[in-house]
Amino acid sequence: MLTLLFDGVAYGMLLFVLAVGLAVTLGLMNFINLAHGAFAMAGGYVTVLLMNRVGVPFLACLPIAFVVTALLGAVLERTLYRPMYARPHLDQVLFSIGLVFMAVTAVDYLVGSMQQNINLPAWLQGRLPIEAVGIGKYRLFIIVTCAVLTVALQWILSRTRFGSRLRASVDDPRVAGGLGLDVNRIFLATFAVGSGLAGLGGALGAEVLGLDPTFPLKFMIYFLIVVSVGGTTTITGPLLAALLLGIADVAGKYYVPKLGAFIVYTVMIAILLWRPQGLFGRVAAR
Amino acid sequence: MTSASPAAAASASANAPSASPAALALARAAHWRWWELALFAALPLSWLLLPSQSLLLNEIAIVALFAVSLDLVLGYAGIVSLGHAAFFGFGAYSAALFAKDVMPDPLVGLAVAVAASALLGLATSVLILRGSDLTRLMVTLGVASILYELANKLDWLTGGADGLQGVVMGPLTIPGTSLAGFAFDLSGRTAYAYSLVVLALVLVLARRLVHSPFGVSLQALRDNRLRAASIGISTSLRLVVVYTIAAAIAGAAGGLLAQTTGFASLDVFDFHRSAEVLLVLVIGGTGYLYGGIFGAIVFKLLHDLIAAWTPQYWNFWLGLFLVVLVLVGRDRFVRPWTWFRSGRAAR
Repeated sequence: MLTLLFDGVAYGMLLFVLAVGLAVTLGLMNFINLAHGAFAMAGGYVTVLLMNRVGVPFLACLPIAFVVTALLGAVLERTLYRPMYARPHLDQVLFSIGLVFMAVTAVDYLVGSMQQNINLPAWLQGRLPIEAVGIGKYRLFIIVTCAVLTVALQWILSRTRFGSRLRASVDDPRVAGGLGLDVNRIFLATFAVGSGLAGLGGALGAEVLGLDPTFPLKFMIYFLIVVSVGGTTTITGPLLAALLLGIADVAGKYYVPKLGAFIVYTVMIAILLWRPQGLFGRVAAR
Repeated sequence: MTSASPAAAASASANAPSASPAALALARAAHWRWWELALFAALPLSWLLLPSQSLLLNEIAIVALFAVSLDLVLGYAGIVSLGHAAFFGFGAYSAALFAKDVMPDPLVGLAVAVAASALLGLATSVLILRGSDLTRLMVTLGVASILYELANKLDWLTGGADGLQGVVMGPLTIPGTSLAGFAFDLSGRTAYAYSLVVLALVLVLARRLVHSPFGVSLQALRDNRLRAASIGISTSLRLVVVYTIAAAIAGAAGGLLAQTTGFASLDVFDFHRSAEVLLVLVIGGTGYLYGGIFGAIVFKLLHDLIAAWTPQYWNFWLGLFLVVLVLVGRDRFVRPWTWFRSGRAAR
């Protein structure tokens, strides 16, 4: 029971790190980006390929995965995404679905469609020797890493100058621009960091979630659930939603495997019917 | 064609009621254009002139029907749906199960598929009334995913991941006559004729619908829901009605697919289907009812062409096409003469 809870929390934390970038682009910048999972997949593949083909140690791979996907995100933001911000939602949906299809097929072509395995270092394998509660070392590692990231993010958003600039740019880009903020550059940086976090999440999650070319499609709905159920105005909303989703999913799959993801979708629809702006969103529609 | 809005009613009181400008404008918009007639004439001609391509044409007709139903929701009511395959798949499974377990008559089966999907549309239409575009995306996607999971898990009923096999359709009889009817043959001649008739019927009905005051008020609430509500249009009711009708048409498309191929699989609920039909509609253009048909023709021909060249990686080119389509701009894409003008002229 406690083990389930623990695994659920680890899963939820992972989902949060994967989806937090989406919470920013979708919630703050009001851009529907279905291709977010593609960045996570990129991070996962960078890690797997570096570890298995070049022999880079696991811990070194994580920052590399972050940097590579952040760069990828920055390049794509500058070239493709920026003209899309002002478009209607339908255009954004079509555009990002197109990107997902391209990413899925490109990875299939370059690496192959089989599931990729990751060889964790020995000190992360196995379980901690605590009676009654089986705590996987790797799960614990995930929780600690993600918790540190969450605190750091929250601190950056609420306490630093960059955070207040970002919030200002999001609230009213024209006024922020008029006050001398370079809104485009702030969005670029934010998008890059969000993509980088997704990449990092993909690298961390390759072991837990599995990694194959259909990753962006398989987990797209999960990321969207985290953001839409959590509401997009705070960072704690998506965090709680991710934890809830993680625990519900792990417990659901353990106790009623017949129903599978059915429960998650039903709960999501019920919550959105009850509170269309998400559980923790503010009521005013943007 | 009486008063469509308070504005029309007000001006109608000045003149004779039948000659109000708004009513005249509505009536003028509802006139049959020459290209519409040509399109309807082309449908039976394609059956006569291309007998060897019936299987492909049948697929095109089904995708076109599916896209027309999405056009009612997206093009006329302005609701972005990522789960329209829910109704397509529900219709397909209903038709297949009905043929397998109850009776093999195709017309009754199609009616059952339409009714089942319409009920599902009615039940889920309350979900799309609230919230933002994102909420609607999530909810429609969620409904399709739930049905996918159900079809996957209820394997005693649906055959699970293997799909529903062994569906045998009876011959197509014309009601009220005692003829032997037409059996579904391997070349797809009967199937294509059947799909064409359904497509043409739906088009005529949908055309009647979108040119009626109801259809015009839908466009009003698409363009500005608040304003539409404040001139006295009951927006929720209209959305429920159009969503149900669109679900019924999508169910008809799914039913046709299951009946003419004798097969229903999980693929009908897949996210790919919903995305594909969006693309089909967008290629052809939204909001004028025939976009789905042109889109389906272009899409299927492209698919055939590219899949023959690189079957495994067809999705890459589909994705690239989508990205370019949106970057160029959907409106400009169907108007090649605007491509090389400056952006100011086009938008």
